[in-house]
Amino acid sequence: MPSSNKEQWRKETLDPLLARARERKQRFETDSGIEVEPLYTPEEPAGAEYTEKVGFPGEYPFTRGVQPNMHRGRLWTMRQYAGFASAEESNRRFRYLLEHGQTGLSIAFDLPTQIGYDSDHQLARGEVGKVGVPIDTLGDMEVLLEGIPLDRVSTSMTINSTASILLAMYIAVGKRQGVELGQLNGTIQNDILKEYIARGTYIYPPAPSMRLVTDVFHYCARKVPRWNTISISGYHMREAGATAVQELAFTFANAIAYVEAALETGLDVDGFAGGLSFFFVSQNNLLEEVAKFRAARRMWARIMRERFHAREPRSWMLRFHAQTAGVSLTAQQPENNVVRTTIQALAAILGGAQSLHVNSKDEALGLPTEESVQLSLRTQQVLAHESGVSDTVDSLGGSHYVEHLTDELERQALRYIDTIDDMGGTLAALGHGYQMREIQEAAFKHQREVEEKQRIIVGVNEYVTEEPPLQNILRVDPQQERRQVERLLKVRRERDNGAVTSALKQLEEVARGTENTMPAIVECVEAYATVGEISDVLRSVFGEQVHSVVV
Amino acid sequence: MTSTNPIRVLVAKPGLDGHDRGAKVIARALRDAGMEVVYTGIRQTPQMIVETAFQEDVSVIGLSILSGAHMELIPQILTGLKERGMEEVMVIIGGIIPNEDQAALLEMGVAGVFGPGASTEEIGTFIKEGIAGARTSVGPPKRSGKSQEKDG
Repeated sequence: MPSSNKEQWRKETLDPLLARARERKQRFETDSGIEVEPLYTPEEPAGAEYTEKVGFPGEYPFTRGVQPNMHRGRLWTMRQYAGFASAEESNRRFRYLLEHGQTGLSIAFDLPTQIGYDSDHQLARGEVGKVGVPIDTLGDMEVLLEGIPLDRVSTSMTINSTASILLAMYIAVGKRQGVELGQLNGTIQNDILKEYIARGTYIYPPAPSMRLVTDVFHYCARKVPRWNTISISGYHMREAGATAVQELAFTFANAIAYVEAALETGLDVDGFAGGLSFFFVSQNNLLEEVAKFRAARRMWARIMRERFHAREPRSWMLRFHAQTAGVSLTAQQPENNVVRTTIQALAAILGGAQSLHVNSKDEALGLPTEESVQLSLRTQQVLAHESGVSDTVDSLGGSHYVEHLTDELERQALRYIDTIDDMGGTLAALGHGYQMREIQEAAFKHQREVEEKQRIIVGVNEYVTEEPPLQNILRVDPQQERRQVERLLKVRRERDNGAVTSALKQLEEVARGTENTMPAIVECVEAYATVGEISDVLRSVFGEQVHSVVV
Repeated sequence: MTSTNPIRVLVAKPGLDGHDRGAKVIARALRDAGMEVVYTGIRQTPQMIVETAFQEDVSVIGLSILSGAHMELIPQILTGLKERGMEEVMVIIGGIIPNEDQAALLEMGVAGVFGPGASTEEIGTFIKEGIAGARTSVGPPKRSGKSQEKDG
């Protein structure tokens, strides 16, 4: 039962937590020595509306936060997304980030790995190692994670249509390090629906893709209980042009589709809901973004409790990763991007993010250099340790403006969800190209506003200066592709090809039937079958998604 | 062909990159500017793009690429166009293309490269002027050369 006043919240929700886990400081105070309380609320009695809509952190509907004391207990995880060139090079970048105080890993894979092509495939030419690390076999994954203690570091992997394969590889490396599966902690994006809508790395048609997703839910619920089996992402839809309202609406419409799919396979809602996590952008409009994160928590809590009748509080809690907005970065006057990402990071922190990536100033021009990534990490650290914004929970809660925006974003997003429900759900709406059209419309409107200067982008359409081009842009050595192909060919020569063939055959049989695909995929990767070979087996059974064009 | 015929443009996404916000915005803006625009959708091979350009009889190809695979894919498209006798087709590129690659691509025959922050109006004007030049003179359109420094 939610508390009806602050004293009750302190006794029943905060104190039991404090008995288990100490806060970062014994006493929080401002620079003038004023003591900072964990939470500030309206004068008592706050009234039923406050309790129902806003309430207390750590309690339904979680508008103010999922933990009672939020970042006073533990700061968010600083998780910079990285990966490029090769497994060795990316491993070096990971270690560099961990040495500089990063607290979790986030792996970027190259496009062939994401779309299930080996590095020597015709379509992989020119793409190997460009936007992320190339992983063909377990051999690459071993090099990538060399020297990284998987029992202590949590890892997020941006991988979708080949998510089960990369998760299987991560599990295999964990086993080799002697780590119990129950100790492995991390997240796979595994959110195929937004790939059809915005990001584009799908392989198979929606139905078999949804099966792969729910197979992971089932497998992890039994074997890897601490794993976040999906990161339902608004980020890419927003980057493709969606508004904050559309970001919320389409993300939750997708989330509803995943929950329904999992329920249809016989899972109990409380059996998997705790493994669902979210991923949102943090954009420039500081207060709207804070309101968006607050609205997101309340919406999810209500969806899970009222629509899906989840009983466990953990099933109602929306936990999210945030990343600053790639589209807001400008190639012009790139130093300005540091200011933009600082505002965006602040919004994510004030909004109660569980983990955060801050983009680098040079990313409108290429992948970030080591120096610029370090500056991004330092941005997080300055906000964490010097700004004081994490010393109390949901400091903007109660602001008339922020509460109004929270209500309004929720109201408008729910209207979209109703529309999608009326169309028959996310998959049906997708079939009509509905979400794509809405997003394109918003993207085009944005572009027109910029060109008509109704929207000022500093350094781009106003305050323009002549400047020399930015030097020191990271370039991936074109020879990396050849070296990766050689490494792949070596694995193909040296592995037990009989074992590979029989593991792939076994996977094909499982895929044709209804059994869970994960155990067979684990067998394949442990025999050093390649990402491309495994994906080809599934292509032969599931078919391939036809690219639809909605303009 | 008279100069009052609408300019036909193919907007294409070569390679595996799925980010097509820019491609779609350009397609619509050029259409609004009176051109006939065909958008290929994502994951097009160089061969597919050349074939579509041929079938659709376009005079301009706009390639959008953000994955960094441009130096592999774009030369293949230029070669393919040459093989089909379509070297007079104006090829322009939008996306994240480092300066030294821009220079190399312009050298190979690309007419213009538009980076982040380029306006759709600027691109529309570039196409119209280039095509008008081509329709009144013989040979490929001259590139303005100015777009480069602006977008670098």
